[in-house]
Formats: sequence, structure tokens, C-alpha cells
Amino acid sequence: MTPPTLLETRGLTKHFKVGGGFSRRRLHAVDDVTMTIGRREILALVGESGSGKSTIARLLAQVYKPTGGEILFEGAPLSSMRGRRRQMAYRGDVPMVFQDPFSSLNPAYRVSHGILRGLKLHRPELARAARHEEAERVAEAVGLSAEILHRHPYELSGGQRQRVGFAQALAYRPKLILADEPVSMLDVSIRIGLMNIMTGLRDNDGVSILYITHDIASARYVSDRLMVMYGGHVMESGPTESVLTDPRHPYTRLLLSAVPDPRAPLDVAADTATTEPPPVINPVPGCRFRARCPLAVEECGRVTPELRVLGERHEVACHVA
Amino acid sequence: MSGVLEVRGLSVQYATPRGPVTAVSGVDLDVGRGEFVAVVGESGCGKSTLLYAVAQLLSPPASVTAGSVLFKGHNLVTMSEKKLNVLRWRDFSVVMQSAMNALNPVRTIAAQFADAMNAHAKLSGKEIATRSEEVMRLVGIDPAHLRSYPHQLSGGMRQRAMIAMALLFTPDLVVMDEPTSALDVVAQRSLMAQIKELQRALGFAVVFVTHDMSLVSHFSDRLLVMYAGQVVETGPTRAVFDTPAHPYSRGLLDAFPSIHGPRVALTGIPGGPPDLGALPSGCRFHPRCGSALPACPSQEPALYRVGDAEARCLLHAPVPEVTP
Repeated sequence: MTPPTLLETRGLTKHFKVGGGFSRRRLHAVDDVTMTIGRREILALVGESGSGKSTIARLLAQVYKPTGGEILFEGAPLSSMRGRRRQMAYRGDVPMVFQDPFSSLNPAYRVSHGILRGLKLHRPELARAARHEEAERVAEAVGLSAEILHRHPYELSGGQRQRVGFAQALAYRPKLILADEPVSMLDVSIRIGLMNIMTGLRDNDGVSILYITHDIASARYVSDRLMVMYGGHVMESGPTESVLTDPRHPYTRLLLSAVPDPRAPLDVAADTATTEPPPVINPVPGCRFRARCPLAVEECGRVTPELRVLGERHEVACHVA
Repeated sequence: MSGVLEVRGLSVQYATPRGPVTAVSGVDLDVGRGEFVAVVGESGCGKSTLLYAVAQLLSPPASVTAGSVLFKGHNLVTMSEKKLNVLRWRDFSVVMQSAMNALNPVRTIAAQFADAMNAHAKLSGKEIATRSEEVMRLVGIDPAHLRSYPHQLSGGMRQRAMIAMALLFTPDLVVMDEPTSALDVVAQRSLMAQIKELQRALGFAVVFVTHDMSLVSHFSDRLLVMYAGQVVETGPTRAVFDTPAHPYSRGLLDAFPSIHGPRVALTGIPGGPPDLGALPSGCRFHPRCGSALPACPSQEPALYRVGDAEARCLLHAPVPEVTP
């Protein structure tokens, strides 16, 4: 069953200029990404560092302007959005939660500061007392006691700080939360609490989440759908269980084999796991994964593979698979 | 197997305004020649402090209050700085957690290698250059990168450069503090495989500190699980993974999302690690433990033998000690 679309991108592209002055070198961080996020859906965006997944989050948060392509939110293109009021409304609808809970909170202010400020900006209809009540409500929604609002960030543990990050986002009554590696800096034992908060937000508050991670195993536990990126291209996407049980792209398989699993026997070949960065500066046509791909054929060096539909919403961009 | 490192009853205290806080209490740790020992636990369980104490890198307010660290027969705790400096880097070296911060951003890799070598040996420029190239090749980085600055290297390469630096003099022991925590899974996996391979080729022993228990499952020979400054379980890695004896080890293991097998609900461990300044009575884990006995809040457990492993848990106490 396909949930109604909340946000979609069409051919989303972002290139960065690298090198100084008159340099013609362009880093293709995100190339031609078409994706949708449904209402009440958690989409996991998986890939290694440098695959363009954080760039996508920043494009959706309007931190960057796309080089090409379009983002549509609730059917309306963002590029045609005019006026501060519309902009503010979008930012309230689509807040971001950052990776590093130690540097994303202002150390000089109490925890309540960020939440109250967001409320004042995005929900001006609330009176002062109502804002405080709302701050307590969102703190409790992420499993923090209201008392924590009066503390400073240095008094909190990493897990508590990241919950504050989600509380801030939640205060806007968002429709979509962009969560950029929200648990990767946390202890394994604390991650679960955060992951449960994300699924809880989806199930109870109807919030959609773009969950960005390099850890495909954690994606399994929170996401409804999975999108695998490499070198700025989408390699594979589909319902989480179908991608994990039947991974078609060689890169998805590599990601899966790299996951440390204490219950599984060791079977990864260390040599496929080189850390050579993908060719994304002035790239030539062809599959960007071909240099590391065990299945690469001659065609991979000439033609960029397009996403092909394999099964129920399951797509893969590979000539061989 | 002759021992490289023998830690006995090591305790470390931090002096705080509220009085001394014991971050490591009575830890025993043995590392054999060429052995890979992993120390795992949540943040704040004392694992990094233990490692700093072993390498004698603690600075006030932290200090070793009891116990000994025998490295190849020498007690490092009572050794003078001058004598320590002879052993450091040549016989044991340390790889720090975050290579981003541990490398000097304004000097080339070559200059930093040369610094380390000049500080611990008298070598000619040529010898230094040759050795630097050798270790870079060992960790699989093109020696051309010796002329690079840290910012020109990727995260994985920086971390490899740190390991190369630790291997400048073939040490007997390399102590690693979460060297892979800033990397993504693929880079992490390949770095782990490489550490293991270097270890096999060069024969050094490794003490590896991490919060990610699953990471070391295929690489370590022995495992030391720490909680609130104490060793709660120790044994051969396979035994601890297959049949975790301590409820805390079991909790840590259950916290891992698995991509194999059926999707089971993740449980994790409720609550957080205790404040080391106000430890719970009896077993330090009992407030978070799902299988606590009535005796747990009052009786402090010792390490009891369970098969090949040892666990600090009353569930495994010899029968007469358990109060019903």
C-alpha cells in the first residue's frame, strides 16, 4: 500500500565548485535524484560518507539551492514559494535534527531556550504560558522529564541531548523531520531509545522522517522504505524488508556485508571494502560504483544505469543485477 | 603464551569538588604476546580511563590509587617519566580516538612522523624517511601522502596514518581507543580487517577499546566487558558472544540491530550508567537489571567462573553464597 505523497523530488541535482578562482571543476554531490516521501512514512537514506545523503537533507531543508531539478512539498514546487511567511511555514513543517548532539545545542543557554525560540518563531499564536506548556509537552513526548528544560546542555548525556534535538523539531508540529545521522554519535545501548522515539513519532503523531544513516542495520528497525546512495546517485530503493532480504545492487550487498553482526559468521572479503572515494568531480558517464564493483562489465564504463523497476516499488540502477 | 601486559587490581580516582570518584576499580587485565583483547562498555564506564592508566597518560585530577601495570616485567605505575619515555612508542604505542584531532593540522604527515621518531631515537633523516615510507605502505597508503596535510586525507586514511604512526618502531603492544568510531561501516570494516592483518604479520598485541561490541566480535581473542569502573565479564570472545553470562553483556548484545534472521524487537538496557560518585549498593548493575535477585542490592558480587568465562553476577555464584 502506497501512502499519499508528502514530498517528492524530480531530477534533484547539486553540484559544488571545487578549486579556486576560475576552476571548472565541479563536484557532483547529488545527481538526478527522484524520490518520494509519503505521509506517515520513514524513509531511510543509506550510504557511506561522501555519497551525497547529507546534501539531500540540506537541499530539502533549503540550506542549499539545487543546481537542477525540483522539490515538491505537498504538491507545490519550492522554487515558486515566495514570501517570508511561506518560507517560515515550510521550515516549521520540515525541521532538521543534526548528527552531533554536542555541537548542535547552544551551550550558553538552557535547554528550554531552543524549544521556546522555535515556538515563538513558528507558532506565534501561542501565548507565553502556552509556549511553556508546549515545551513541557514535547519534552515528555521524547521521553524527557519537564525538569530537564531548566538545565544546560553540558549537564545532559549524549542521548538526552539528541532527544532535545527531536523535541525542538517536534515543537513546530512538523510534517517531515530530516534526521541526519541522529544516532551515529551515540552509544549502541542508547540508540534504541532514539530509534523507538522515531517510530513512535510516526505511529502516534503521523510525522514522516527522512532517516539518514550509514548503518543499514539500524535502518531496518525504523524505516518503511530504504534508498541506497553512492557517489550522488541512487543505486537501489524499495521497501526495507524487500531490499534487505533481496539486495540486487552490488553496493547494497557490500553495505550489508560490512555490518558487524555478532550472530553471523565472518564472511566479508576485506579487499572489496576499499575506501577509495567515488569519482564525483567532473564525472564521466557510467556507473559510479564500477571501480569497486565485482560484477562490472564493459557497458558500466559507458552508460550510466537508470533505475529499473524490479518488483513492488523495488528499483535498482545496475546493468548487471 | 608469555604475557606482554599484566594489570593487577588497578584503580583510578578523579579528584572532584564532591570528593574522589573512582572511575576504574580493581581491574585485572592480562594480554598475551600477539593477543587481541577488546574492552567494551557504554560511555562513562571507565574504559578510556583504564586505557590511559595502562599507558600512564593520566593527568590530574586523575591518578592511579592502587594496583600495578606490569609491562614486560616493568611496573609502569611506579616508573619515572624519564624511564617511561624510553619505553613509550618503542615498546608500546597508543592510537587515539579521533584522528581529526590527534594529528596536527598545520604539519605534514612526514613532519609528524619525524617528530615522533626524533623524540624516541637517534636516527638520520634518511632512516626516518625510509621508515616513514615503510609504515605508510604497511597500512596501505601511498607514501606520496607523507607530504600531505591531515585535511587532504579522508577520515579512513587519517585513521590509518595514526596507526602507521603507532607502528613506527615495531612495538609489542598497541593500545587503541575507539579508532574506528568516526568512520562509516564499510571503512570501519576494512580498517578492522587491516589491523588484524598487521597484527598477524608483525605480532604485536592489541588492547582495543570500543562501545560497539559487535565490531570486535570477529576480531578479538578475548573480551573484557566493563560497567561502572568494574570488569563485569571476561572471557574468550566467542564464549561471551554465544553465551553471555552477565545480564549487562546480554543487554549490550540484544541492543544490536541485526540484518540477518527475523526482525525482533530491540530491547536494549533501560536507564543509563550510574553516577560514579553515587554508586548503587551491592551489585552496581542491579537498578537496571532484569534478572536481579533479592540479594543483589546488598551483596557485592565477585567474579565467578562460568564455563570459560568469568562474570561478576550473583546468578553465577557458587550455590552456598546465594541467599534465597
